[in-house]
Amino acid sequence: MSKKVIVLGEVRDGALRNVSFEAIAAAKKISGGGEIVGVLIGDSVQDLGQELVQYGADRVVTVEHPHLKHYTSDGFGQAFMAVHEQEEPEAIVFGHTALGKDLSPKIAAKLQSGLVSDVTEIEGEDDDAVFIRPIYSGKAFEKVKINEGTVFVTIRPNNIEPLAQDADRSGDVSAVSATIQNLRSVVKDVVTKATDGVDMSEAKVIVAGGRGVKGPEGFEPLKELADLLGGAIGASRGACDADYCDYSLQIGQTGKVVTPDLYIAAGISGAIQHLAGMSNSKVIVAINKDPEANIFKVADYGIVGDLFEVIPMMIEEIKQLKVNA
Amino acid sequence: MNIYALVKRTFDTEEKISVQNGEIAEDGAEFIINPYDEYAVEEAIRVRDEHGGEVTVLTIGSEEAEKQLRTALAMGADKAVLINTEDDLDELDEFGAATIIAEYLKDKDADLILAGNVAIDGGSGQVGPRVAELLDINYVTTITELKIDGDKATVIRDVEGDSETIEAQMPLLVTAQQGLNDPRYPSLPGIMKAKKKPLEELELDDIDLDEDDVEVKVERVDIFLPPEKQAGRVLEGDLQDQVKELVQLLRTEAKVI
Repeated sequence: MSKKVIVLGEVRDGALRNVSFEAIAAAKKISGGGEIVGVLIGDSVQDLGQELVQYGADRVVTVEHPHLKHYTSDGFGQAFMAVHEQEEPEAIVFGHTALGKDLSPKIAAKLQSGLVSDVTEIEGEDDDAVFIRPIYSGKAFEKVKINEGTVFVTIRPNNIEPLAQDADRSGDVSAVSATIQNLRSVVKDVVTKATDGVDMSEAKVIVAGGRGVKGPEGFEPLKELADLLGGAIGASRGACDADYCDYSLQIGQTGKVVTPDLYIAAGISGAIQHLAGMSNSKVIVAINKDPEANIFKVADYGIVGDLFEVIPMMIEEIKQLKVNA
Repeated sequence: MNIYALVKRTFDTEEKISVQNGEIAEDGAEFIINPYDEYAVEEAIRVRDEHGGEVTVLTIGSEEAEKQLRTALAMGADKAVLINTEDDLDELDEFGAATIIAEYLKDKDADLILAGNVAIDGGSGQVGPRVAELLDINYVTTITELKIDGDKATVIRDVEGDSETIEAQMPLLVTAQQGLNDPRYPSLPGIMKAKKKPLEELELDDIDLDEDDVEVKVERVDIFLPPEKQAGRVLEGDLQDQVKELVQLLRTEAKVI
């Protein structure tokens, strides 16, 4: 039996996040040919509706309200439930992002439903869909199915291939009115800490530093390399514990779990907890002075050397390549 | 202030994971308080020390989880509650865990509930927000700072590297992100005292639930280990040449730059 699926599109800095397009692709598999409805929630999101359609949504509903400028679980919860009441979907897909992680359990509790978080792969379709997700931070994986009620999943960014954008597709974008009131949390201030907008969970390239960077200033060349490759900066627990960088950069079993196309580990020894957070990256490069370092055991390419020599050379080499290209 | 900290017994992060008969092998493994829950316990103790009140640590599991509860008591929590599901349940998902915790807490008038933002085993991060929703109280996840002033809390929330300052109404459930605090090690006197602190053990019956109320919605059908990553090539030769080769390989062989 085909399913009607609603997909929550996520907006950051006025643009749709890539994970929203990936979520539509996931919804397609779950729907078994059923209708896919995109949902946008915010203070001004109407204009982004067509883009969700171009990536595979059949139509889009929006909830706009001044109180929805910043995400709060109460505000977005009320907005989403208004959509849910109107659409009565059989399945729901969110991105496994800060927003998705925060909101999805609330909605699942309201619906008394199961929820499969952080899905990296979907096998089968429709009623036969089986969801694969990492456990123990990627040291193992489980396959799960949803026995009854709403099929509700969040998908990990960067793992499910989005459908190709089709500029010829068109679909209806309509507004749903919702009462947004009695918000128990109010966002007073937002301080952007991350490097120029490239978020680690969605980055295609991550350049990560460990104790080997020796200090906060040691991250400078790493940042330069990351910027050059359009990537993000990460760190090992060692670097965070030593106060070389903020804990928000930490990758590992405590910290973020990432799966970029390219992971460059500079001055990271490769403790088991760190490997859990990054060893499912597609290509891993290790740069370390110690040839015995554990990180070489998971690296596709390794250079035994001082990162302060190697990274600047890489920067030069890549610049050359870009000039020649 | 009436404070609760939700904790889970998990594998030590040092442990390698292996699968036996379709289950994660637990033989000989070391267990700890889930590291994110440890931040929650520490913060609970600090809030109590500043504002007064009582900290109760709560877990669901088997008798073996008593050890982690005693550790939390040794850190400074006042009381512990174990909801022992060993005889009643073979499986428990987030829906069930949240139902049990909320059922226990519903008449406890908690002012503040703290939990980890995620457990390092299951990794879903659902239970905290689900409990808040079931109790119809406010919640904020992945927090790195908590200040309480009367019926309001000022919270800093980590949002993928950005920091949001949030004013949140109490009663409140928060989930701890790394950086919230530096959890203390239990002191020797703390460990001695913990042995005498109350540890209550309950079963589903005691909180008026039966197995059907917490039947899993999500069922595990398989568990497997990722393919072992093969060690690749360590480049050789002059450093400059190695870097040249690396960049070429990334472009032409791996096609990632």
